[in-house]
This record gives sequence, structure tokens and C-alpha cells, in this order.
Amino acid sequence: MRAIGIVLAGGNSNRMRELSNKRAIAAMPVAGSFRSIDFTLSNMSNSHVQKVAVLTQYNSRSLNEHLSSSKWWDFGRKQGGLFVFTPTITADNGFWYRGTADAIYQNLNFLKNSHEPYVVITSGDGVYKLDYNKVLEYHIAKKADITVVTKRLDNVEDSTRFGIIGVNEDGRITEFEEKPLVSDSTIISTGIYVIRRRQLIELIEKSAAEERHDFVSDILIRYKNVKRIYAYEMNSYWSNIASVDSYYKTNMDFLNKEIRDYFFKQYPDVYSKIDDLPPAKYNAGAVVKNSLVSSGCIINGVVENSVLFKKVYVGNNCTIKNSIILNDVHIGDNTYIENCIVESRDTIKANTTHVGEEGNVKIVIEKNDRYVL
Amino acid sequence: MIKKEMIAMLLAGGQGSRLGVLTSSVAKPAVAFGGKYRIIDFPLSNCINSGVDTVGVLTQYQPLRLNTHIGIGIPWDLDRNIGGVSILPPYEKSTNAEWYTGTANAIYQNLKYMEYYNPDYVLILGGDHIYKMDYEVMLEFHKANNADITLATIPVPMDEASRFGVVITDENKRILEFEEKPPKPRSNLASMGIYIFSWKVLKEALITLSEQKGCDFGKHIIPYCHQRGDRVFAYEYNGYWKDVGTLSAYWQANMELIDLVPEFNLYEEFWKIYTKSDVIPPQYIAEDAVVDRCIIGEGCEIHGEIHNSVIGAGVTIEAGAKVYDSIIMKSTVIGENTTINKAIVAENCVVGSDCELGIGEEVPNVKYPNIYIDGLVTVGEDSVIPDKVRVGKNTAINGGTTIDDYPHGVLESGECLIKAGDRL
Repeated sequence: MRAIGIVLAGGNSNRMRELSNKRAIAAMPVAGSFRSIDFTLSNMSNSHVQKVAVLTQYNSRSLNEHLSSSKWWDFGRKQGGLFVFTPTITADNGFWYRGTADAIYQNLNFLKNSHEPYVVITSGDGVYKLDYNKVLEYHIAKKADITVVTKRLDNVEDSTRFGIIGVNEDGRITEFEEKPLVSDSTIISTGIYVIRRRQLIELIEKSAAEERHDFVSDILIRYKNVKRIYAYEMNSYWSNIASVDSYYKTNMDFLNKEIRDYFFKQYPDVYSKIDDLPPAKYNAGAVVKNSLVSSGCIINGVVENSVLFKKVYVGNNCTIKNSIILNDVHIGDNTYIENCIVESRDTIKANTTHVGEEGNVKIVIEKNDRYVL
Repeated sequence: MIKKEMIAMLLAGGQGSRLGVLTSSVAKPAVAFGGKYRIIDFPLSNCINSGVDTVGVLTQYQPLRLNTHIGIGIPWDLDRNIGGVSILPPYEKSTNAEWYTGTANAIYQNLKYMEYYNPDYVLILGGDHIYKMDYEVMLEFHKANNADITLATIPVPMDEASRFGVVITDENKRILEFEEKPPKPRSNLASMGIYIFSWKVLKEALITLSEQKGCDFGKHIIPYCHQRGDRVFAYEYNGYWKDVGTLSAYWQANMELIDLVPEFNLYEEFWKIYTKSDVIPPQYIAEDAVVDRCIIGEGCEIHGEIHNSVIGAGVTIEAGAKVYDSIIMKSTVIGENTTINKAIVAENCVVGSDCELGIGEEVPNVKYPNIYIDGLVTVGEDSVIPDKVRVGKNTAINGGTTIDDYPHGVLESGECLIKAGDRL
């Protein structure tokens, strides 16, 4: 492969509300058995990008645990492999990562010591499948300086979440506005970029010298009229996890057969850390409708239109509707849960009710004692 | 210097012919179990959980599935710099070439493998039982008794003891006598086919008996050592131990996992069983599905009804299909409105729509009355069953069958339908 990878996984969003207290977005559990960074890492692996750096900063314990072994994505290599870079104090720098460009700058030696001519930069919060080689081919054909992978949305409900892009007929980016208040363009940046390694080093060093630290505003937007920045439009499913709403919706998307088949049945696969859990078990009284259930679950109650992550225990006579139950949750008997996201490792007491509103899900965080065998 | 206190040799070369068409193209230890596992996962997980990190797996019959399953041992943390798991197939020597002709002969042919690790003890294991056992405790027993050989034994009901090889011991658990399937057993301690040998004793016995035809541990090595006065002890194991060597025992052991709190509990955190998971996604249970007392593996799509069954990973149960008291293995598809009663359907099968399996009277199987029993319908790997056929009890199907293979669309109870050749 002609490229190395950088995954910008340091971010946090207060739009994730309480869910981000526990972990970085890149470590958010997605679709029952995955973490959001699995999608990008699997894409890297499936595109034969064999040397990948993950730059983490915010609350990275959960993410580091997930990345404790690189073998699950086939990065357990002698040549290349997976590198996790957290900010460190050095002789000439005592800062945290002050932005995405600064994060790369602080790890510039990773780029300088590599030999591959190109770099694929991605974020850790996208749920998608993409062959980065296709983007690279496009990048070369267009003689671009930077290629931005874009996605045309049906309607941009919330343009303040995205970078909005305007392109000319050749595909060159003419407008790029980060999180505008109003916008008439429906083309957004997915936060996936391809750039020549030497070009990246040059731009990052120049920005650092000017005390500019953000990759989007200080490089992409600042240089859009000077450098040849192109848009590669992605037509397949793409979703990013940036808010509770988008998180809820992305998980519920997997109840749709087409999306499920696209990710779960069609080549190439998405990989994740293996947890060695037994198959899901349904005891008498289990009624499950239109739901995803992961390994290690034991179900004794009613589950409808929901996503159950790994190792969820649903007690007798419970009802769970339109909800997302994260990993290792124990739900006591006679409990009613609707329109909720239940945080991982919670223990929900018996005979309780948790109801959120449609369009405004409730995040349930409970720490009760659990009787463990 | 390379040194391992105890290494394990896992005998995984047998066909397991009593499992009928289930082992027509895989070795018995590679047969799926419990919706996710393969039989060999149990001894392999026991090894790593017991701190035995060097395991030689002896393969001979249909090894492909075992090879791909074990790989370099990653799921069991048996990918090691020194030791780990090694697959040991028979090989050609400068003077001769022979297959593994018996359990001990297979070990004898791999003396060099064992010598390399310079062990003090060698653990001999089979690949056909479901159990969780700490081999380290057994080793402590072996050392405490200053034994040459220790056999793992399990108490069985006295009236069933005549089906096993039993041992008669003195009060110190030293074995006085062996009896193979005695009509009138004098003991109920059955040998589990698990042995710890002190390395020097094993090596000497294997070399001495190397000319023995079909050299076997139970028949030759252990009697030989016993006769010459070696210290042979019986370690008593008291836990769940299930032989899954016959179709009815295999079916029974799977069904026991469905119990509310199964005797053999896979959901405990302690002593986990590891396996290679190549299907990761969650399972989808559709709007009209019924999941009633069952366990279901990863990545399944369930649109029909499942009652009292064990479903492997990546299985599709189409709408209107009903599955009762059955085992459906990995990646099999059950067509719309098909009803399945008490069947074992192996991996990668396609069962058509509007079929009925397991119907009618129970008639003994004509060709193999001792294999296809208990009313079970057994379908071998990669089989195809066309739409709208009816299949009786005590039957076996293997291969890509078409409607022409079923007179009047029926396979009567007690019949076998075995089609040779590969499915295209």
C-alpha cells in the first residue's frame, strides 16, 4: 500500500451529553458488537493500509483498552502495525493536543520516519465502509493537493454539525465552511482526507510556526484557494456519531435490513475485539421483536425495536422498547424502559420505570449493587 | 534454555464414526457445539486456563477445519514465542511412512516434538468431551503421589459402569486393576481418557512398544506400565463431563445448555471457554419471530419460530419456519414455512421452503441402526434439501440432494440419503 493512516480519535462532544463522561467518541459502542473506531480501522485494514496511528486525548482509557491488542484488525505486524499516540510532555512541548493539526504536529516524526508517499487521515467516529484506495486513485487522477471525502445528504437538518462544502464542475472545492449557521449546500465533509505525506508535513509545520492548530480551519479552509483541494463523493452509507440523537439514530439504522446486510453480510467485514462471550440465551418468557441482540445476553422479558449490546441481562417480566442497552447491563425484574439509552455496566433495579420521549431519548445512568455469582 | 514443566498432546485425528454424517467431512473435534464452539475448544481452553501453554494437536482424519479453526492459536492465547499450539499431522520418514495407527503410536511418532520442550510431564488428551477441568490440580495429585502415570477418572452410576473402562484402586487411589467394559463392574470409577505421564516413563514405554501394531494407551501402554510395577494412580474428577461421541449424547448435551440454569454453565466468568469467532455482528430477531427457550449464535437472522433449540452463528431462519428441539449449525439457511422437529443440521446447509423434517413413525434405521437413533434427523455439512420434501425419523441426509432423490417427495423414516461428491 502506498499510504499510512492517521485516525484522529481525541475528540469529545458535549452533544453526547453524559455518554461522553465515560469514554471518547471513538470508543462508543455501535451496532451491538462494535465500537465506532472499528469501522475506520477495518477500512484501513481492508484497504491494505498497514501502518496506522491513532491519536487520542480525551478520556482515552476505554479506547486504549479496546486497542490493547492490534491483532483483531490484522495490525499485529512486524512491518507497520497500530500505534496509539497520546500527548506527552517533551523537552520542547508541554501542551495537550491543541487541535487536530497540533495533534499531528506533535507526532510529526511518525510521518517523517515513514516512507509511504500518501497519508489517509480519518476520524474515529464515522460508521461507514470505504476503500481508501479508490480515494487515492481519484486523488492522483485529479493531481490534487488534498482530497476530502464528501457525502451529499438528503437534507441537512443540522448544518452546524458539519463542514459544508461547495464544489465546481471538476470536483474542486470552492467553498468550505465549518459548522455554518445557515447553508444551502447539502455536501458535507466526512472528515476523511488523502494527502501526500511531504505536503502534509510541510503544511503542518507551517501552521505550527504560525500557532495555528486546527486542520480544517487552518489548513483546509485557509488554503482552499491556494491548493488544489478536491472532493471525492461517497455514495454508500455514512453516519457519524457526534450527538446523542445521531448516536441513537445510527444504532437504530441497523434494524434496517439493507443497512444491516451491507455491514454484516457483504464483503468486506468489519472487525472488532473478540470478547469470548457465549451465544445469546432466551429463556421462557422471552419475547423479542425487531431487535438486535449481541452475544452473552440472557433474556427473560420483552424486547421491541431495540439494540442490546453484549452481555445484557433482561429480567423476568421486563419490557424494553425503542431503546439502546449498552454492554454488561443488568435489568432487574418487572422493569419498564422506553426511549432510553442505558449506559454500560449499569444495574437497573427491579420494579422501576425509565421512559424518555420520542426524539429526546433519556440517558439512564444508574450505579446499584449487583449480586454477582 | 527451553523448558516446559508439562506439555499437552491432544489426540484429534479420529473420525468419530458414531456421529454419522456429521463427521463425513470434518474430524469429530471440529464438530460444532453449543451455538458457537467446536468440541476441541473445551480441552484447548482447559489447557490455557490450567497454565498449559504448549499443546501439540495430532490430526489425521479430515484436518482442514481443525487447521483453519486453530490457526496459530490466537483465540486461546496459544500464540507463543516458545510453545503455543502446533498441529502435528503424520509425516513421511526416510525409512518408512505410516499413518497414525493408534493413540500411542501417534504420540510415539512425535517424540521429537515433545523432547524439544524438555518436559517433566506430558498430558494426553482426547478431543471428544465437553468439560471444564483444571489439569494443574491433577498434576499436583500426580506429584503428591510420586506417580508415574495418573489417569483422570469420574464416578459414574454403578449400573452404567459396564459401558466404561473402570479402575479398581486401593485406599490411596493407586490402581490395582483395570476392567474394560466389565459385565459385572467392581468399581464405578470410569477412565476419562486423560492421562498425565512422567516424561521418562512415557518415553521408555513408547520406545519399548514401538513395534506394537496399532499401539494404544488403554490397550497397550498403560497395561504394560502397570504390569511392570509403575505407580499408576486414579485422580477423581467430580464435575460436568459429557461424552458427545454418539448422536443422541451429542444432541442431549446441546439441549442441556438451554436449561434455565444449565449444569454446564457457559455464562460464568470463571474458566471461560474460548473459540475462534469469525462472525462478530449481533443477531437480528424480526418482528414476527418467536424465540422460546433457545440459545442463538452471533449474526443470525431469525424471522421464524425457534423452540427449545441451539442455533449456531450466521444461521438464517426464514419467515414461517418452525424449529423444534433441534441443533442448527453455522451458516445454515432454513427456508420459509419449513418445519423441523428434533434434527441436527450441520454447517452450511440449505433446507428449502415448505419442508417437514422429523415426521411420522419412529422406525429403526435400516443401514445403521446403532448410529441414527432416538428419532433424530441428521443432515451432514453442505447438504441441500429441496423445497417441499418430507423427511421421516432416524434418517440421515448428506450431499446436494434434489427432488428426484425423494420418491413422492418423501424420505421415509429409517432411510439414509447419502450423495457422494461435492456440491457445486
